[in-house]
Amino acid sequence: MKSHSDPFLIMSIGSCVVVSLFILVPLIQMMITPSWELLTESIFDPDIQKAIWLSIYSSGLAAIISFIIGTPFAYLLARKSFFGKQFVEGIIDLPIMIPHPVIGIAILGIVGKDHWLGSLLHKLGVQMMGTVSGIVVVLTFVGMPFYINAVKNGFESIPVRLENVSRSLGASFSRTFFQITLPLAWRSIMVGIIMCSARAISEFGAIVVVAYHPMNAPVLIYERFTAFGLKYSQPIAVLLIFVCLILFIGLRLVSKKNSAL
Amino acid sequence: MIKIQDLSIQFSDFALKHVDINIQEQEFFVLLGPTGSGKTLLVESIAGITPITSGKIMINGQDMTHAPPENRKVGIVYQDYALFPHMTVMENIQYGLLCQKKILDDHQRIHDLMVKTDILKLSGRKPKHLSGGEKQRVALVRALAVKPSVLLLDEPLSALDPCFRDDIQKLLKMLHKQTKTTFLMVTHNFAEALFLGDRGAVLNNGIIEQIGPVAQLFNHPQTPFVAQFMGFKNIFEVNIVNDKAKCSHIEFEIPPTIDPQTRYLCFRGEDVQISAGRPSSVLANTFLGIIEDIVDRGPYCELTVNTNNTQIHVILTKGELVKHAYHLEKIVYISLPPTIFHYA
Repeated sequence: MKSHSDPFLIMSIGSCVVVSLFILVPLIQMMITPSWELLTESIFDPDIQKAIWLSIYSSGLAAIISFIIGTPFAYLLARKSFFGKQFVEGIIDLPIMIPHPVIGIAILGIVGKDHWLGSLLHKLGVQMMGTVSGIVVVLTFVGMPFYINAVKNGFESIPVRLENVSRSLGASFSRTFFQITLPLAWRSIMVGIIMCSARAISEFGAIVVVAYHPMNAPVLIYERFTAFGLKYSQPIAVLLIFVCLILFIGLRLVSKKNSAL
Repeated sequence: MIKIQDLSIQFSDFALKHVDINIQEQEFFVLLGPTGSGKTLLVESIAGITPITSGKIMINGQDMTHAPPENRKVGIVYQDYALFPHMTVMENIQYGLLCQKKILDDHQRIHDLMVKTDILKLSGRKPKHLSGGEKQRVALVRALAVKPSVLLLDEPLSALDPCFRDDIQKLLKMLHKQTKTTFLMVTHNFAEALFLGDRGAVLNNGIIEQIGPVAQLFNHPQTPFVAQFMGFKNIFEVNIVNDKAKCSHIEFEIPPTIDPQTRYLCFRGEDVQISAGRPSSVLANTFLGIIEDIVDRGPYCELTVNTNNTQIHVILTKGELVKHAYHLEKIVYISLPPTIFHYA
């Protein structure tokens, strides 16, 4: 029997077609439905522009925060063994598992004036409810696990011997990290940033609870859908998909170009 | 130079126990042992990479037991080279110099080192475009560039193709001689140890079995493990009674000067004399036997001869095998002159 007629191979090809169609058909349908006039009208709608821009930069900020806070943490998880490590890894994965409105409620619980943290923030003039800060906090919360897991895997794939040699050549621990480990993990970091931003840009459930206003793209799509119906929500969705596609392809290209390993 | 005192490292499933080693300045010291014996662990503890459980590590008279790796002046070269893949050859070599702010003073010396090791032409290449031998040359120059007090070499030849291995072996000898640096090399190959080492230690399951000049390790093993590791094919547990070494089925005549407390007698397969007919002169320890097995080992053959229910391993060149037409179940004489015996 020829290998290309093997039942498992046929099944694999079949499942590939089914999964691709499952993802593409609704998206393509959504993209081809809106009229050109409606699309151009949406492009120049200041509310839509503002919402998409808010989605992009709040997700970007969440990714930057994840990069700053998550990178040393991911390194620790990749390189060190310590008591309770699995528990800590479990905690990181929690935001992936919890229903997103629950995340919103949990965050609201600590940023309200009744909580010492919320009261402190209030004294410092930081408002979370219905602000961009609130949106960024929520997006960081949901995106950070994706960043940490991707970067942790990246650090694990770098041979520890490179760091040992660097130290033996006279480099301190931090110099070794910044000159050897970080440049070699650059691709994983970019993947982490893409994963984190992608997750953040699609967040809806927690944002609706913490900051319905100012409206980001998913909230605006939902609002237009409930207020005006499918026809008026689709163009925003199409625009958001296009903008995200361009951004993520760009990031992928940058990460490939900078890959050292 | 390096003084390791009562060093122990405890892991959940492995322990390095009470290691004492003194390595002299400019010495080429080899650490021998099979895979999993703790050689790399010991080397990494000297480099400060692996924390120790107890003991002391002195380098150049200073207690370095808890010093961070960057303060020890100990270079390390791994078998997989560990070159920084995002840097060129020159950047790899200059990395340590930049860390130690030495670059201007050492420019000529580095240039000379690169010429000697024939890597100057590779300066601008990234490691992924180098052969195994070239990578190892770069790794050696990189480690020596910062003038370490000690250079630790963790099986530097084992990942190389045989064609590069001899070159790097000679290069190591040359670099050791010319840089006057103390070398500590880990290997599981006694031929490499013999060629390169001044003194050595044999490590088995976390314990030092024997320490001394490499020639002494090779010729006078003190334990059956060291004998086996040093290539002795015939090792027998014996009782010494009346100038004879007796084991279960056979007894060997030995010189009367041998200590009666001796527990093991061993000899090399290549020292056994074998003949198809009775030897013309009567030699001590001549036995009649039958060839039970012939194993082709490439450049030589290993014969197993059964005599008095005892297996004697004999090493022969292929030429000798063909010349005397040795084959399975052939009756042969084997002679074991007492001069070939070693005792442990």
